[in-house]
Amino acid sequence: MTDTEDYDQEYSYILPRVSRSALKVWRRNWDVFFKTYQVNFLPPFIEPVLYLLAIGFGLGMFVGEIDGIPYVEFIAPALLSISMMNSAFFECTYSSYVRMYYQKTFDAMIATPLSIDDVITGELLWGATRSLIYSSVMLLVLIGFGVVNLPSSLLVIPFSFLAGLMFACIAMCFTAITPGIDALNYPSFLFITPMFLFSGTFFPLSILPEPVQLLAIAFLPLTQLVIVARSLTLTDLSPLFGYSLVWIGVVTTIFFVLSTLLMRRRLIV
Amino acid sequence: MADYPVIEAERLTKRFGTLTAVEGISFSVSRGDVFGFLGPNGAGKTTTMKMIQCISPRTAGALTVLGMDTATHPREIKAELGVLPQETNLDPEFTCRENLLAYARYFDIPVSEARKRADELLSFVQLQEKQDVPIDKLSGGMKRRLLLARALINDPQLLILDEPTIGLDPQGRHLIWEKLKALQAAGNTIVLTTHYLEEAERLCNRLVIMDRGKILVEGSPANLISRYVGNDIVEAEHTPEVVSCLEEMGARFEIYGDMVQVLTDQPREVAKRLFETCNPGHVFARRASLEDVFLKLTGRVLRD
Repeated sequence: MTDTEDYDQEYSYILPRVSRSALKVWRRNWDVFFKTYQVNFLPPFIEPVLYLLAIGFGLGMFVGEIDGIPYVEFIAPALLSISMMNSAFFECTYSSYVRMYYQKTFDAMIATPLSIDDVITGELLWGATRSLIYSSVMLLVLIGFGVVNLPSSLLVIPFSFLAGLMFACIAMCFTAITPGIDALNYPSFLFITPMFLFSGTFFPLSILPEPVQLLAIAFLPLTQLVIVARSLTLTDLSPLFGYSLVWIGVVTTIFFVLSTLLMRRRLIV
Repeated sequence: MADYPVIEAERLTKRFGTLTAVEGISFSVSRGDVFGFLGPNGAGKTTTMKMIQCISPRTAGALTVLGMDTATHPREIKAELGVLPQETNLDPEFTCRENLLAYARYFDIPVSEARKRADELLSFVQLQEKQDVPIDKLSGGMKRRLLLARALINDPQLLILDEPTIGLDPQGRHLIWEKLKALQAAGNTIVLTTHYLEEAERLCNRLVIMDRGKILVEGSPANLISRYVGNDIVEAEHTPEVVSCLEEMGARFEIYGDMVQVLTDQPREVAKRLFETCNPGHVFARRASLEDVFLKLTGRVLRD
């Protein structure tokens, strides 16, 4: 038996230590999702139809074309990007918080061989999977309306996993530091909602003042999603395509490490 | 079977900032023990359980479970533990049976084996008929029984029960006791915390009483009772007459509010003399219990 002061150090490592068990956490969420799949599959079917009809065709009547592209085709990749953002972000904020705080699901899991890092990683992978499921269903609808190009648009499916993972990791950091479920409204209104409007979604960034454009391209995660998704659905590579992909990769890595670190700090006492 | 103790703690300490929740406790649990942790709220029982479960790192001291250090082998230790938590954390999205199957997966138990064990355990805790019922339709007692079944899904070498019968009605409590007795008879090692001293007296072969992060005493229930309060207690009304009478008799007694307790091995004689000479009002003789030991050692002042 060893006898050392300050065992807390054992738990103050930086990089997450993840095992294959993370997939069991992912599987738990998958099972729950498909128990109520009728409800869960409704939003990604209905949302794009509403947006396409109201904004695409309605507003599009007045807008006509943007940069030589019909308005519905301009916003179709934005709808996909917003869906990736929302599905992953809200899964790993409100839903993860409910599982962690109200249902004590995390406590039950870490009483088994699973570690906190496994649990958090499983949650993040699930957030990314939800992004993939939602945007894939939405893509089907958009293909039905004939507003996205094939086959390049199919690359949206793998991309939505990566994009979802980034938003899941960012969301989990908020979940780790929030004092209560109501305080999660702050990132929703101050971070998600402005991004929804100012990331080149419903109008091109180029009409904004140059400093705002630069800020959006440098700092807003949704801007990167829209750049990549629009390149894919229009089969027209943006000069920022590579930049955005690297940006997403780097930010995902940073926030993955940060989210497990913050969650260990919150849950290990 | 290996000859190391199931749990060994030496000068185990846990601090939260400036608050010391557990202060240098040492104890050892052997195979087949039913080992109780008793103490008022805030005594450090649950914190100790969490350190044994490897979910709360210790601040100082040494702690091994099944011969492994909790700081370095949490996964290996947790694979051999069955935990019944104080707060119900069943998965509300699943039915009873699904809860057991989902939990089995966390322990890497193959599906066919998990199904078999889930059926056995549901029948052990008498929940076969509720197996397809969602969690929120269960009574408090059923939830505790399902938690017990869940704690057994990995056939653990050590069962940790944090307040196993908290909030249950007498029927529910007796049913859990019956199950725990059966587990004990089968040779399981069990560590439990409880506020219910009757529970500890019935179930535990060894126990410690903790207060303010320290272990006050350790022993078997019978041993602690005879060591600290004697075998019997005579209670009488607290009047000046009774007190002076007892002083005259040279009896060991304590005053609690409107009641005087006499600790004695001759309850009949004491009661008789009180009746004959001191006009005591009500007199009541009874066996001493663990509760008397507990109150004597931890005081009657309300905690938290």
